[in-house]
Amino acid sequence: MVEVRLENLRKYFDKGRVKAVEEINLTIRDGEFLVLLGPSGCGKTTTLRMISGLEIPTAGKIWFGEREVTYLPPKDRNISMVFQSYAVWPHMKVYDNIAFPLRIKKYPEDEIRRRVRWAAELLQIEGLLDRYPAQLSGGQRQRVAVARAIVVEPDVLLMDEPLSNLDAKLRVMMRAEIKKLQTQLKVTTVYVTHDQVEAMTMGDRIAVMKQGKVLQVGPPVEVYSKPNSIFVATFIGAPEMNIVDVTVKETDKGVVLEGEGFEVPLPEDLGELLRNYINKTVVFGIRPEHMTIEGISEFLHVKRKARIEGVVDFVEALGTDTIIHAKVGSKIIKVKVPGHIPVELKKEIGIIIDLDNIHVFDKSTEKAII
Amino acid sequence: MNDRTKFMLKQIAFYTFIFTVVAWIVVPLVVVTLYAFSSKLDYYDPNRIVPLHYTKQWVYTLLFTLGALDAIKNSIIVAVLTIIISFALGIPAGYAMAKFIFPAKDTIKLSIVALRMFPIPVMAIPLVVLYIRLNLIDTLLGVALAHTAMALPFVVLITSSIFAGVSTELEEAAMVFGLTRLGAFLKITLPLALPGLAAAAMFTFVMSWNEVFVASVLTLQHRTLPAQILSIMAGASGGAAPDYYKFAAAFIMILPAMLFIFFARRYLITMWGITLR
Repeated sequence: MVEVRLENLRKYFDKGRVKAVEEINLTIRDGEFLVLLGPSGCGKTTTLRMISGLEIPTAGKIWFGEREVTYLPPKDRNISMVFQSYAVWPHMKVYDNIAFPLRIKKYPEDEIRRRVRWAAELLQIEGLLDRYPAQLSGGQRQRVAVARAIVVEPDVLLMDEPLSNLDAKLRVMMRAEIKKLQTQLKVTTVYVTHDQVEAMTMGDRIAVMKQGKVLQVGPPVEVYSKPNSIFVATFIGAPEMNIVDVTVKETDKGVVLEGEGFEVPLPEDLGELLRNYINKTVVFGIRPEHMTIEGISEFLHVKRKARIEGVVDFVEALGTDTIIHAKVGSKIIKVKVPGHIPVELKKEIGIIIDLDNIHVFDKSTEKAII
Repeated sequence: MNDRTKFMLKQIAFYTFIFTVVAWIVVPLVVVTLYAFSSKLDYYDPNRIVPLHYTKQWVYTLLFTLGALDAIKNSIIVAVLTIIISFALGIPAGYAMAKFIFPAKDTIKLSIVALRMFPIPVMAIPLVVLYIRLNLIDTLLGVALAHTAMALPFVVLITSSIFAGVSTELEEAAMVFGLTRLGAFLKITLPLALPGLAAAAMFTFVMSWNEVFVASVLTLQHRTLPAQILSIMAGASGGAAPDYYKFAAAFIMILPAMLFIFFARRYLITMWGITLR
């Protein structure tokens, strides 16, 4: 168990033409479950591979505790990895697959047997030890890969989208199991995914990446409620945050966000933050779940509200929730209300906005102001 | 014509095709085997297609009197040496072609194949001169080296496509769990590539086994089977050999190759509960 520190880490491919990772500074605490989250091609897998030693950084350093491992081959780092394709060796039985790392490290045979049993029991694959991987289902193979990764008690456990090849139901189950396992083993874990639900449910902290850079690092709730940029705000949350261009206006009611066909008056403290943006265009963001429809549900717990008007354009009935697409001006604003709510199309509705959960971003830098 | 008749006709056409292909391969084998053991009278009887009287004489004479047995030994040694040398050189090259990106990769790949454009006879005289200087003339190693030169391009291309088929992640997993790159190759990639390598070995064996020109030019005392048989048939021992000797020779040539393929074949089909290519 160690702390992992990435210092100014860069990785360029193809003689610098492809910048996979640019300037990553990140500390993964001892025993922490850190999720690298980002769209495909953002450099998250490359970062993971540099931590594993399968890729050597173009510049920067990697520290495991007080030990610099930047140029160390993978075998000398005491790490484990779960690969996206599981990478379970097809010519070895499940038992031999799990025992392999122990055999390489020359554990005595009875110790190997004991540890393989322990890992197999933990992942409920005791019955499969005599089979070849080709005789297993995807989910079982995945369990073998995880068992193999934890059997050596690694300092750092790396996972590269381990659940992306599983079906939805199994994914939800394995999500919880891996998280529980990690909490139990207290092993420093770096988990790569593009699935924001996985990131939210599993991570102690999430690092959101885009184009080789880490945009924001923080606990899931913080990244969700205080995104520091438009990218983070829209990447996390489903359906994604509504984003509308508005102009900041000073009126006798105080500071107002004026958009096409609507107006959101701001409380004094929020208005104060936008002092420098009077008469400028900014980006207004509000999550679908931080709004409701007038007359359908009341935001009783919400102290500060604003009301805008729109016309129902489309309704997505998910059963557990209803997502109402309301046309406000020429833009579509999505509002998520819990439960199954029948709403007539083309009906004029009032939308209530929770002002404590609004976001305002700078138009040019895309950074958060509120 | 209704659908059923169409289906039947298609089936008939399909099986006719299969039958033709199989017959194309099997009929010569049967004919060769029959006539290799046919008695002289039966062979020359114009009214008889399938001989009724058989004799082992021709095969025996070839093997023991005319030196075919020694030639078979030589051929096996040369073929095995060729496999060893061409694999030792070709596997690393094939691996590099499959797994690494390096400058001029495509050019190198092309030039490897392009080597085979040169007709062997063009190189025969320089090769002999070179071999005399290197003291390799009339040695089995010399023949094996020449055969390696001929087989290597294919070994490189075949093994590179085999290694490309073994997922890199499997090897990376081995490296993460404590092996060096070489260790990962030996423990993971090589066993997984075994079926493909067996096929490549078969190919190399048959190529070396059948090669007659280089073997004839480069050897005199230590002839491989095709070279030995060529010299027997062409009348090195005074006058061309009778036809049934030719069939017996063909039989001797075919049998070991068939046996080799028969044994190497098992590595191609099923391993580790999976059916591999």
